Amino acid sequence: MTQFLDISGLCARIDADGQEKEILRGVDLSIPPGEVHAIMGPNGSGKSTLSYVLAGREDYEVTAGSVTFQGKDLLEMEPEERAAAGLFLAFQSPIELPGVNNANFLRTAVNAVRRARGQEELDAVAFLKTAREAAKALSMAPDMLKRNVNVGFSGGEKKRNEVLQMTLLQPSFAILDETDSGLDVDALRIVAEGVNRLRSPDFSALVITHHQRLLDYLVPDRIHVMAKGRIIHSGGPELAKQIDSEGYTRFLAEAA
Amino acid sequence: MPAVTETREAVEKLGQSSYKWGFETDIDMDLAPKGLNEDTIRLISARKEEPEWLLEWRLAAFSAWQQMEEPKWAKVAYPPIDYQDAHYYAAPRKKPGPKSLEEVDPELLRTYEKLGIPLHEQALLAGVELPEGETARPPVAVDAVFDSVSVVTTFRKTLEEAGVIFCPISEAVKEHPDLVRKYLGTVVPAGDNFYAALNSAVFTDGSFVYVPKGVRCPMELSTYFRINARNTGQFERTLIVVEDGASVSYLEGCTAPMRDENQLHAAVVELVAMEDASIKYSTVQNWYPGDENGRGGIYNFVTKRGACRGARSKISWTQVETGSAITWKYPSCILQGEGSVGEFYSVAVTNNHQQADTGTKMIHIGRNTRSTIIAKTISAGQSDSTYRGLVRVLPKAYGARNFTQCDSLLIGDRCGAHTVPYIENRNMGARIEHEATTSKISEDQLFYCRQRGLSEEDAVGLIVNGFCRDVLKELPMEFAVEAQKLLQISLEGSVG
Amino acid sequence: MNAIIKQPSATLVPFKARLDAITDPARKAALGALHRSGLPDRRVEAWKYTSLRFLNETPLVAPSEEFDAAQARAELDRLGLTAGEGADLPRLVFVNGRYAPDLSVPPQNVGLSFFGKTEAFGTLSSPDRDALTALNAALATDGAEITVAAGVDAGRVLLVSLGLADEPVSFHPRHSVTVEEGARLSLICVQGGQGRYLHNPVMELSVAANATLNHVTVQTESDDAACLATLYAQIEERGSYDSFVLGLGAALSRHEVHARLNAPHAEVHVNGAQRLLGRQVGDVTSVITHAAPDCRSRQTVRNVLDGQSRGVFQGKVLVERIAQKTDGYQMNQALLLSEQAEIDAKPELEIYADDVKCSHGATVGALDDEQMFYLRSRGVPEAEARQILIHAFLAEALALIPDAMAQTLAAHIMEIRFPVTGEE
Repeated sequence: MTQFLDISGLCARIDADGQEKEILRGVDLSIPPGEVHAIMGPNGSGKSTLSYVLAGREDYEVTAGSVTFQGKDLLEMEPEERAAAGLFLAFQSPIELPGVNNANFLRTAVNAVRRARGQEELDAVAFLKTAREAAKALSMAPDMLKRNVNVGFSGGEKKRNEVLQMTLLQPSFAILDETDSGLDVDALRIVAEGVNRLRSPDFSALVITHHQRLLDYLVPDRIHVMAKGRIIHSGGPELAKQIDSEGYTRFLAEAA
Repeated sequence: MPAVTETREAVEKLGQSSYKWGFETDIDMDLAPKGLNEDTIRLISARKEEPEWLLEWRLAAFSAWQQMEEPKWAKVAYPPIDYQDAHYYAAPRKKPGPKSLEEVDPELLRTYEKLGIPLHEQALLAGVELPEGETARPPVAVDAVFDSVSVVTTFRKTLEEAGVIFCPISEAVKEHPDLVRKYLGTVVPAGDNFYAALNSAVFTDGSFVYVPKGVRCPMELSTYFRINARNTGQFERTLIVVEDGASVSYLEGCTAPMRDENQLHAAVVELVAMEDASIKYSTVQNWYPGDENGRGGIYNFVTKRGACRGARSKISWTQVETGSAITWKYPSCILQGEGSVGEFYSVAVTNNHQQADTGTKMIHIGRNTRSTIIAKTISAGQSDSTYRGLVRVLPKAYGARNFTQCDSLLIGDRCGAHTVPYIENRNMGARIEHEATTSKISEDQLFYCRQRGLSEEDAVGLIVNGFCRDVLKELPMEFAVEAQKLLQISLEGSVG
Repeated sequence: MNAIIKQPSATLVPFKARLDAITDPARKAALGALHRSGLPDRRVEAWKYTSLRFLNETPLVAPSEEFDAAQARAELDRLGLTAGEGADLPRLVFVNGRYAPDLSVPPQNVGLSFFGKTEAFGTLSSPDRDALTALNAALATDGAEITVAAGVDAGRVLLVSLGLADEPVSFHPRHSVTVEEGARLSLICVQGGQGRYLHNPVMELSVAANATLNHVTVQTESDDAACLATLYAQIEERGSYDSFVLGLGAALSRHEVHARLNAPHAEVHVNGAQRLLGRQVGDVTSVITHAAPDCRSRQTVRNVLDGQSRGVFQGKVLVERIAQKTDGYQMNQALLLSEQAEIDAKPELEIYADDVKCSHGATVGALDDEQMFYLRSRGVPEAEARQILIHAFLAEALALIPDAMAQTLAAHIMEIRFPVTGEE
């Protein structure tokens, strides 16, 4: 128990095409404040499902287990309440919102969260100033704030836009779901720097990735291996290199 | 899906209390007896002190109307209307003499104040609260029509100095008879269709605008329609003529009290644009839509048509339709002048038991004429909404172009959204493109917004406004803000 | 438009003597509806763009049972059905609406009977709603009834209709096709003829669960004929009906498909192409009804219009309340080659379910100037460049036909009518 994020025996399933599919089969995971953890694992192991369940997507049915976040029962909360409480999910495939201006969206979100946290709302001028600075730090083209949310963005632009949102929403806990996929080396470094800037004793993160590459820039405190809906192995940052060279076979065999 | 359902249920509880324009004004009225016959028409004409030619014109329209049948092709259903069971003239009693704000019944002024329509020029000029980033807001001249009569028209002096005529049409008949006679009924002939014929016979007031050659109208013009009296129909008639090289932007708004009975609104709007002239006509239609059980509400059967007579003239219709029990409305452009341009931007929102059958007609007659149609339809509750639009290209319209985009959004599974475009092309040199989609708000989009901290209702509002953006951005600033709020309110009563 | 308003019965004048002679109760029932409505005029929304005035008041008599066998064979030759790709296909040939056994080679692995013997009207059509179906029900004499038993792949069957009219006649064949569970059939209908006649077929198509029916119709009727066809298809769970019509002939034609997706995961394609010239009027109309969830419909119709011809496309996609997760797509394109040609299109969506993905598109235009210029800049003469582009435009539509042989056959018949090299 860390008193920050504690996942215990979490089971969840999804109703796919009339068939119920068990995806999480007892996930145990604790992340203390100020730490960055990474989850690696083969495709279909349940990594993205875990991120969706933590963020509160309703297609997934939690059948057992518990999640406490800063002492509160996370699973009882609405998605927007989780966001206000400080949970942020950087989507693997960020959603497009046609006709919705990016800056307007960001401001609406930031102020909704600030309102919920009892903070004063930002006026348009103050917000735009902050947003422009944050966008610049991520090497984003200035017009990206004017464009519609994720519409017509390249894969890399979408991922940067996710990190921009994270920067502005100032979460205490961020889940980055394969934020590195589709990024070239330069973009990867910029995105990782964006995350690193947030690192502090009050910020934790769960990084879901397939590659060691991102973890070179974003050195995690712990790495967990996930397979078949469970965490089957945990270790220090050195685990990434081992997985990169040996794959998951050994862990899978050990777990079986 | 479940998320949407929940919100919908939660918000449905709010019912129609969200129609905040539903109050009634207690005011002394001059009412014609119920019923429609030649005597009614003579009475209206006499009350308005009209010249003989106009009475003749009305009587001819009436006799045409008697031969006509109500159109049945629209996808709307309602019990038969008893045209004899309504008043065709209702006007606030007033003292004779020229109108000025001081003479207007204070009760009326309060009504418009309540509606947020500033009629006091001073108050307006003093400047209302400005949105961020905006330094000065240009004033808007308002013609306020209460039931059948224009109550007051603001900023007339400023306009007169620019040479622009903006006045009630009843006044224009007296003050500018040649202009009215020259153009009235030339775009929408008296016998054009059932409702237009009815309007021609009994119209009581409306606005008249004339912009002379080369003049850019110095401010937005606006008419605000209010139905108040019981058992009355409202039949206003608007005529806008813009001469060579001139331009005007005209806004139209409307509300009505909440009543259990249905009231008929059958307006006619005629626009004439000469060479290089441009007319932008924006409507936010917010007539009372009836309650959540479909009781009451306005029947909005309107004929709006613009003629691009001159080369390179342009007519642009923008409408945000959220009100009325039934909407039957097809603002059209007759693109006669070479290189003339017609535009139609529409958002139609229906909720509860509302029915809307609305769209446009673009008739390409001249060479190189162009038209754009963007129609966004949102259906919620148990409502039915249809986009019906015609694009017709005649043999001489070489180089004609049309682009049409119709998108429908369904909210809930008890409503319907329909798209019925008619494309008729008789010119090989024309190019017509039409696209239509129907979808719902995706769970992905909702979840994404909520993950960022937005409440579900705000998320829906944001997504819907995004969906309508291409249309809303065509509205003048003041109206855009109002329309955006209106959308949110209309949807609050439905889904969120 | 301002024609004198006729009494409904007046539109039935060409058929009067035959209709008056009907005594059979089933047919009389169909007749009742027909007498009330008459044949539709352009005030009827579904007939807004297509007038039946072509039929005027000339009596259309019942064709005699005799026909000139040599003329029939010559017509089959002309249609390219006696040589090349299609020559060996099993075939059912109807002349003037009657089965002609001497010209036919019945298919082996299907159940086969004839309406002339069974008088079975079927249940999918709606004579009370559709006047031309009522007319067919009143006057039908024969038709093929094909059944493919469960699990059987029946290969290809050619269904040929020849109209051979010395005097104005009308014939009203009534076909039905049933593809039972898991079975397959590729049905190729070819329609041709000489003289003045009305061909008014009704076809009921029933596609059972997991069954596949591929159906191509090549209409190259006599230039003096009217062909008014109505098809009713019903598709069950995971069944697939793929329909394609190629409209080339007839002075007046209408190919009207009513397809009903009756159970989840059913799929329908209602595609087509028309190439018209002279004063031809060709109408492709369809109503696709999604009556169950998770179904898919696809429609692409292309028109090439020359001379004073007029193409009509009406396509309605109706999504019932129950039909969640519907996926519908519709595209209508027209190429106008002459200043007098006309296209009227009405692609219509009527949607009552909220979780759907439906879209339609329509484009109308002339040949692309840039493409023309590109070809000519490469040395292709203008006339040939036009032919290449027209051909490409239609070839893309024909490529939607899933049965390669049916595709070749359709393309071949089009080439007979529009030789690629010669003058138009």
